[in-house]
Amino acid sequence: MRKTPNQKAWFMVLPVLVLVAFSAVIPLMTVVNYSVQDTFGNNEFFWVGLEWFEDILQSERVHDALARQAIFTAIILAIEVPLGIFVALHMPKKNGLWSSLCLVLVALPLLIPWNVVGTIWQIFGRIDIGLLGYSLDQMGIDYNYTQNAGAAWFTIIIMDVWHWTSLVVLLCYAGLKSIPDAYYQAAKIDQASQWNVFFYIELPKMKGVLLIAILLRFMDSFMIYTEPFVVTGGGPGNATTFLSIDLVKMAIGQFDLGPAAAFSLIYFLVILLVSWVFYTIIINSDKESGS
Amino acid sequence: MKINKSALIMIFYILFLMLPIYWLINMSFKSNQEILSTFSLWPHDLTFDNYKVIFTDPSWYNGYLNSITYVVMNTVISITVALPAAYAFSRYRFMGDKHLFFWLLTNRMAPPAVFALPFFQLYSSVGLFDTHIAVALAHTLFNVPLAVWILEGFMRGVPKEIDETAYIDGYGFFTFFRKIFMPLIASGIGVTAFFCFMFSWVELLLSRTLTAVDAKSIAATMTRTASASGLDWGVLAAAGVLTIIPGALVIYFVRNHIAKGFALGRV
Repeated sequence: MRKTPNQKAWFMVLPVLVLVAFSAVIPLMTVVNYSVQDTFGNNEFFWVGLEWFEDILQSERVHDALARQAIFTAIILAIEVPLGIFVALHMPKKNGLWSSLCLVLVALPLLIPWNVVGTIWQIFGRIDIGLLGYSLDQMGIDYNYTQNAGAAWFTIIIMDVWHWTSLVVLLCYAGLKSIPDAYYQAAKIDQASQWNVFFYIELPKMKGVLLIAILLRFMDSFMIYTEPFVVTGGGPGNATTFLSIDLVKMAIGQFDLGPAAAFSLIYFLVILLVSWVFYTIIINSDKESGS
Repeated sequence: MKINKSALIMIFYILFLMLPIYWLINMSFKSNQEILSTFSLWPHDLTFDNYKVIFTDPSWYNGYLNSITYVVMNTVISITVALPAAYAFSRYRFMGDKHLFFWLLTNRMAPPAVFALPFFQLYSSVGLFDTHIAVALAHTLFNVPLAVWILEGFMRGVPKEIDETAYIDGYGFFTFFRKIFMPLIASGIGVTAFFCFMFSWVELLLSRTLTAVDAKSIAATMTRTASASGLDWGVLAAAGVLTIIPGALVIYFVRNHIAKGFALGRV
């Protein structure tokens, strides 16, 4: 659609600006403020420059948390994206009762409060009362996510797959539904194999939504807090302490304002940078496909 | 043959999704004694006591009331401010519009953990700590950008000729917006409301940080029970089941737009 230039449109955006300034810019300024100062209490602050940033960038604790976070995000992306595409290809295409039922049931995990997702898996994985934990334990596998780091990782990854694969499914399904029937008929006439149909018709058509799905999954998994917090609390030891959990420990648990603030800013910048790259790719692919 | 294979895969996937939820429901109908003493696939001794606890103990049902209060406040605020902004983005070009649009998205990317402490201090200093409005305002951080993005997507689908015809017919902007435009994007507003509701409902970190007693959310109530001594699994499971219900009830109505909402209106 052609848009008319109109500077007065700013007035319509003003309420959003004021609100977001209040709920995002002011708090962010506080963070910036803390990140360059130190305090001895009594509200006496003095300037320390970039010291906190240097501390954080060299801190082993933060490096470890970042490494765990990166591994976690890489694993869940590697599972959720192919699995999501696979399931989306098998979603019923015709509208009807079965397809509505599938849609509703598939979307259900997305709508469960995150802490309840944690609670569900906390119960489900316990060896004494949970179906998963009990079965694995009966099979003779040493599975106790409160003590065994590997089991804790397994629980959190399968929980995330359970929780978020449906997002990839729904987005890919929306992309697939926009493919006109004529494309498939043409492929049939050309006697294209199933793989060819997937690679030359379905995948290119899904590209846009798939990029969005990866962007969203990257962002959200990089900020994950509630689910591991409820299930393992970052333990055993520090085995599942991801960036957000570590940050909250530092900021609210230990009240180390300076380092926590510097940590926050670096954290935010990392997410912003990766997301911006994705966003640019998405916008460009939007332009190419002409929508 | 192919249809059968697809159906089979879907059934497996849905089973995988439903099993943990079934287990939660199963737990919620058992007494604590049964949960801890015997391992059973269904409740042998069906009891509604866990639900009774939630509906009679004020510390539990107040959690639900508090959550619903701030979630509704947040949804109303978000949609009210997002409507004109989305209209501006979908109809006009103005200085810095693209940058502004991306900047809004960056707020959706901000980790809530970064904002937890500053929010706590900001709302404490203006005396709003432990009130519903504090949580509602804090959640606008990610819900307002979301609302703008989804609404913009729906508004782009309405041809501009409709606006122009209305102006020629002598409608002022506000009457046009209320009488003609809003009904046209009614489903969009519904979907946006659903997603604002959902994302505010599922959030834990900010609502837990900003409340203590008077406005304590159900999510916070649940985690605090979990950390207290002597876990009451049955009641916890029942509370979990009750938090799933609102989403499960409305999801049927938005099922065809659900991808759009999760993808920030970009599908």
